[in-house]
Amino acid sequence: MKAILFYIFSVLILACGIFTVTSRKIYRAAIFLLLTVVSVAALYFLMEYTFLGVVQLVIYAGGIVVLILFAVLLTHDSGSLLPPLGVKRTVATFALTGTGLTVFLYTILGRKVEPGSGEFNEPSVKMIGGQLLDLYNFGFVLPFEAISILLLAAMVGCIVLAMKFSKTMN
Amino acid sequence: METYSPTVEHYLVLGTALFFIGMFGFLTRKNMIAMLMSLELMLNGVNIIFVTFNKFKHPVALDGMFFAIFIITIAAAEAALAIAIIISIYKNFKSIESDEPHTLKF
Amino acid sequence: MDSWSYIIWIPLLPLITFVAIGLFESRLTEKISGLAGCVSMGISTFLSYCAAWQYFFISGKSEEVYRKIITLDFTWLKLSPSLSVEWGILLDPVSVMMLVVITTVSLMVFIYSTGYMHGERGFARYFSFLSLFSFSMISLVLATGIVQMYIFWELVGVSSFLLIGYYYDKPSAVSACKKAFIVTRFADLFFLIGILIISWYGSSLDIQTLIARLTDAGSPEFQAIKNETFLGFSVLSVALLMVFIGGAGKSAMFPLHIWLPDAMEGPTPVSALIHAATMVVAGVYLVARLFPVYAISAPDVLTVIAYIAALTSLFAAVIACTQFDIKRVLAYSTISQIGYMLMSLGVAGWGGDREFGFMASQFHLFTHAMFKALLFLCAGVVIHTIHSNYMQDMGGLWKKMPITNIAFLTGCLAIAGIPPFAGFFSKEDVLTAAFEHDKFIYTMALITAGLTAFYMFRLYFRIFHYGTTAHHHDAKEHFSIMLIPLGILSVLSLVTGFIPFSEFVTPSGKPFYYHMHFNLVAYAVIVSVAGIVIATLFFYRRSALPVALAGKMRVIYLAVYNKFYIDEIYLFVTKKIIFNCISRPAGWFDRHIIDGIFVNGTANATGRVSEEIKGLQSGNIRHYLWFFAASSVIIILLFLFIYQP
Repeated sequence: MKAILFYIFSVLILACGIFTVTSRKIYRAAIFLLLTVVSVAALYFLMEYTFLGVVQLVIYAGGIVVLILFAVLLTHDSGSLLPPLGVKRTVATFALTGTGLTVFLYTILGRKVEPGSGEFNEPSVKMIGGQLLDLYNFGFVLPFEAISILLLAAMVGCIVLAMKFSKTMN
Repeated sequence: METYSPTVEHYLVLGTALFFIGMFGFLTRKNMIAMLMSLELMLNGVNIIFVTFNKFKHPVALDGMFFAIFIITIAAAEAALAIAIIISIYKNFKSIESDEPHTLKF
Repeated sequence: MDSWSYIIWIPLLPLITFVAIGLFESRLTEKISGLAGCVSMGISTFLSYCAAWQYFFISGKSEEVYRKIITLDFTWLKLSPSLSVEWGILLDPVSVMMLVVITTVSLMVFIYSTGYMHGERGFARYFSFLSLFSFSMISLVLATGIVQMYIFWELVGVSSFLLIGYYYDKPSAVSACKKAFIVTRFADLFFLIGILIISWYGSSLDIQTLIARLTDAGSPEFQAIKNETFLGFSVLSVALLMVFIGGAGKSAMFPLHIWLPDAMEGPTPVSALIHAATMVVAGVYLVARLFPVYAISAPDVLTVIAYIAALTSLFAAVIACTQFDIKRVLAYSTISQIGYMLMSLGVAGWGGDREFGFMASQFHLFTHAMFKALLFLCAGVVIHTIHSNYMQDMGGLWKKMPITNIAFLTGCLAIAGIPPFAGFFSKEDVLTAAFEHDKFIYTMALITAGLTAFYMFRLYFRIFHYGTTAHHHDAKEHFSIMLIPLGILSVLSLVTGFIPFSEFVTPSGKPFYYHMHFNLVAYAVIVSVAGIVIATLFFYRRSALPVALAGKMRVIYLAVYNKFYIDEIYLFVTKKIIFNCISRPAGWFDRHIIDGIFVNGTANATGRVSEEIKGLQSGNIRHYLWFFAASSVIIILLFLFIYQP
């Protein structure tokens, strides 16, 4: 059952991803992105990372994609088509990414991934919070703080970018 | 049939494929918002790989998941900033084609 | 009263002054910096008199011998368990005597300079350099270790360089300071090699230890150095000769004397302090410091020193007779007198009567510092008043500058060796020492004595008499602070001769008593008086005699006037031979191979390549992205297929 679900979602993810990058209508691309992101969240649920799945849904689907949709609304006329991709560029890029993909697949399939020891248990939110804010035992408190500062900086940066400066200030 | 479950490689191939789809879009798209969307795809691909390794290689630890969470956070910050920049470019150039801002040239 | 802890302040005070004035140079007024310099130097002088008093009369003597006292000693660098660089303060008769000389003359020059340098640009800079010099010279004579000595030896050279080049906007001063620095540095190279050899074989860096090891014929170090030979001489002799060359560079011995006359480009008080009284006798001090080694282990080197010194002395005296720049005359006279001191050291030996030469050289060093500083300071007053260095612009000044006249006359009488002035006693001692050792050297020294009297009085008459010249009616001696040191030094030039030097300064520390040989005294005085009489005939009034004489012996006169073309020979050697044969190919190699191919070649290649690939930077983000992605893929490929763990 799980296996079937995995393959369904995999197909969904890849197909929607491909539509995202190829669709000539930017609204549609955004919607496909939303679908991809939701499918990835579903994959996380399937892998029993419930917390991560929720985070993915809330931030990606609820935050980022919505933000992108707003940006599209602000900058595009409805129904307008994106210009078609240049053939030369498409072929070249396809070759490049194809090479990259081949190399990666070769590496992945060429090496056997040894399964790790230990029993997987679905991480509880308490565990996650505990390790995230732990000073010792490989806790993640320093990256956590760094990310906090980064978010603050991003927030300030967005406000500055969005602010209207008077002509004299330019 | 009941015991069959997808192997690690399947997950990895899925993540890698998503990453390269994103990369393809990132390189071919001219529209900045479309590029941003491709970027999100790439990040998702990486996240899948992180989580996969976490689950199959180190089932007891949570490090891969933390990485995924941090990446999501950074992606959020980056998306917000990128959109702010895109809108500001749009105000100046009336276009968000990435070929437009030539002024970055030496 | 056996505490010596205050000695450290003697060098430290000038150092503090140097740092303080140097740091706040631009913010200090003349008055403050001058006063600071004088006060700190005054305290130093007072302390060194205390030290001399304590050493010579209270606690320096034990069992009738002046001990060597080390009052401060700490290890700076421990190179190996048995070898370390020590810093410390050494008191023995020579260093205490040098201490008195340096601080006295320094103090006089400091006081004098406040007047002489009044209104000059960089007044504070001048005083900071002067303090630096005093500090390094005092530390040099107090050094216990050979490394310490070498450091301060170089520091003295640097401060001399800085002070000669004080008027750095004057091209002649700049080239003079470079010349002085290069020549003395060249000599210091030999000094360094010499002390390295000595300390290698002696396996110590402490002077006292080295002396003890290298004079004891039974010690393994002595055996080792005596048995090694280099070019047929024992290594010890070679090393000591090299050390002497270092000293000769600083003390301006032939043929390394060329920098000293040019060094007169510095301010006159500097010439008085550095190039007459203190720094230039560093070579004498150096040989005196290592004297036991020279006298006991390598007397042949001492003989070489004696001959070089006697020759230099005569040679410089001859040149001095023909020069017209009054400071240059004094400079050559300095060279000549230092030659006396080294000659006297050279004829000395170890033990008994032969130690006499050592005493004589130190005595002459002491008195010479006083009267030569006096002469220079007088010349400074004259130059300050007339604004010229040349005799042709002077003459008949005795009425206008009475005090300077008397002071200068005192100095001249002292240097000429007329009793009872200081120079008489010390010169008699030098001549006696030479007479007892080597008649040939004695003859040269005697001729030099006559010449000395002649050129000094030529100088005196040309400045203060020689008819009158018209172009300085307004020149007048004002009472200024500059005259105070003149008075003090005149008195010192008169009385220092009566110091019974042989009771204080001897190589072994054992005092001895000595009486003059009256026939030798008579010869010397007669020769000197003869010199003075000839000078009087020639120069007291304007007379045609000297010109006629110069015309008769035109070739010789020209040779002497041009200082025997030594400078020209140096120029020939450096310019024609070294520059053409060594420097030019080296320069070509540097410009074309090193610079052309390696340095500029790389730069040109980079420039050309970047010019070519500039087009890649199109400003189009997607191009950048493309390159980025492609290079990532390539790098990953490389990692996968080349780097395989």
